[in-house]
Amino acid sequence: MTMDAAAWDALRLSLWVACWATVLAVPAALWIAWVLARKEFWGKSVLNALVHLPLVLPPIVTGYLLLLAFGRNAPLGRVLDTLGLGLAFHWSGAVLAAIIMGFPLMVRAMRLAIEAVDPRLEEAAATLGTPRMAIFARVTLPLITPGILAGAVMGFAKAMGEFGATITFVANIPGQTQTLPSAIWTALQIPNGEAQAITMVLLASFVALGAVALSEVLARRVARRIAGT
Amino acid sequence: MSLRVDMRHSFGAFAVDVAFDATDGITALFGRSGAGKTTVINAVAGLFKPDAGRVSFGSETLFDHDAGIFVPPNRRRLGYVFQDARLFPHLSVLNNLMFGNRYTAPGAAGPTLDEVVDLLGLSALLERAPATLSGGEKQRVALGRALLSHPRMLLMDEPLANLDGPRKQAILPYLERLRDGPLRLPILYVSHAVDEVTRLADRLVLLHNGQVSAQGPLYEVMSDPSAVPLLGVREAGAVIDARVTSHAADGLSTLAISAGQLELPGVQAAVGARVRIRILAQDVILSRIRPEALSSVNILPVTIEKVHPGDGPGAAIALRAGDDRILARVTARAVAELGLVEGVACFAILKATTVAPGSIGR
Repeated sequence: MTMDAAAWDALRLSLWVACWATVLAVPAALWIAWVLARKEFWGKSVLNALVHLPLVLPPIVTGYLLLLAFGRNAPLGRVLDTLGLGLAFHWSGAVLAAIIMGFPLMVRAMRLAIEAVDPRLEEAAATLGTPRMAIFARVTLPLITPGILAGAVMGFAKAMGEFGATITFVANIPGQTQTLPSAIWTALQIPNGEAQAITMVLLASFVALGAVALSEVLARRVARRIAGT
Repeated sequence: MSLRVDMRHSFGAFAVDVAFDATDGITALFGRSGAGKTTVINAVAGLFKPDAGRVSFGSETLFDHDAGIFVPPNRRRLGYVFQDARLFPHLSVLNNLMFGNRYTAPGAAGPTLDEVVDLLGLSALLERAPATLSGGEKQRVALGRALLSHPRMLLMDEPLANLDGPRKQAILPYLERLRDGPLRLPILYVSHAVDEVTRLADRLVLLHNGQVSAQGPLYEVMSDPSAVPLLGVREAGAVIDARVTSHAADGLSTLAISAGQLELPGVQAAVGARVRIRILAQDVILSRIRPEALSSVNILPVTIEKVHPGDGPGAAIALRAGDDRILARVTARAVAELGLVEGVACFAILKATTVAPGSIGR
């Protein structure tokens, strides 16, 4: 069983896209998770619904909405295009699609971790003279780090597997925007393409299972850490 | 340096409205649960903004509603020992202790790590995780952590409430060392336990339903008959100073007080030492004539200073005994039948067991 160059390219691109999506999404997801866990403000339920929307919306709809916003004929897309930052039909668009699709999963994991931190520990740190940012860095962050990692792993796995929104937004150009799921779909369209597809299916399954297992381990660690054993 | 508190805050139907000073030594904020003690100490620490009032320490204003001043807790430099210790679960005991040490104010006086470890007996615990510590050990670490942030004052919210009797007895000497030792840190000590307060406090602020119902030096408040219902009729009783004069072979010790002498068992202190003794009001019997042939040998000549009738069948009576004042709780019927009114001279009979063992040994 050999994999041809297209399959390798697809795996490489998927890893590339997933890494970028994870790195870019973690700080934003952490901030949103913090706001949802700790702040009370007008429109909080709207923000919460917006974050979770990609989870319930058909991915093809999300992809189409992205195309409407960032396509070459959309005003925003045209501006980005002239700056050389065009997203549609470009791998960076796949990153954006992966961020949006994985965002609810990341926010959820991080929010749970933040909500599990006892705010009275932060009060105790304040009475010891600790400035606000140092309280976050020395008390809150260490306690939620496993939760952040778990969210990141879930986001990464989602980015590796994202198909509907990606293919709608950036199409399926081998070597440019063809991710692993797109390549599997392509292989399944060709007569006798199953042999090639099965390799990539195994590969994708392996990455996804590994990610879920890792996130389970990390989730258990966050619980243990906060319990203090 | 003294802490001045004058604050008002309401939560729905419950309102806290208090004004008091806490000077050098230990000031106890005493009240039943729900009296508003934790609200007051949290306002002093800056953990929330009261509705109105002022909090100042020395010449520094920490909170002034009208002037719009609110110093955040991390810049108040008031150490806080919480009832539930609140150690950081992800850090070792050593790292918990040193947590606030890097934020000490330049020039702030305070103990070193070695001194704290020594004072609180922590050397065997330094590498341990907080979750593996007992309740008493956690509280000692929390106390050490607060001391190492070099505070100007220590706030303690029922630090012993979660500990059982023996563990409580084990940690009290550390608090006494803090009070009497070289640190001489002023302490605001919240408690609902009369025995802790009488053993530790120099001043007492009684809180009742969110209001200060009495405040002043411990000896005065404890011997104020109108404070009896607030302290609880079983717990009320004067605290007086005594000096150990001798120990007898049968286990009884003789202590000198201003009105004479008392013979008490179980006194641990050395001859010459000053001890604080507590005489429960309900354990004092009054007689108009000097009693003879009694099993108790502790009989003091006293003069009635004040009679405070209670709501029920009891009455609290303040008695002048030498330079001290002690309290007796008798029935209203006895007051009438014996003619116990102000200025009457009589005799107070105390049982030798009336002194709480925990309050001996200062």
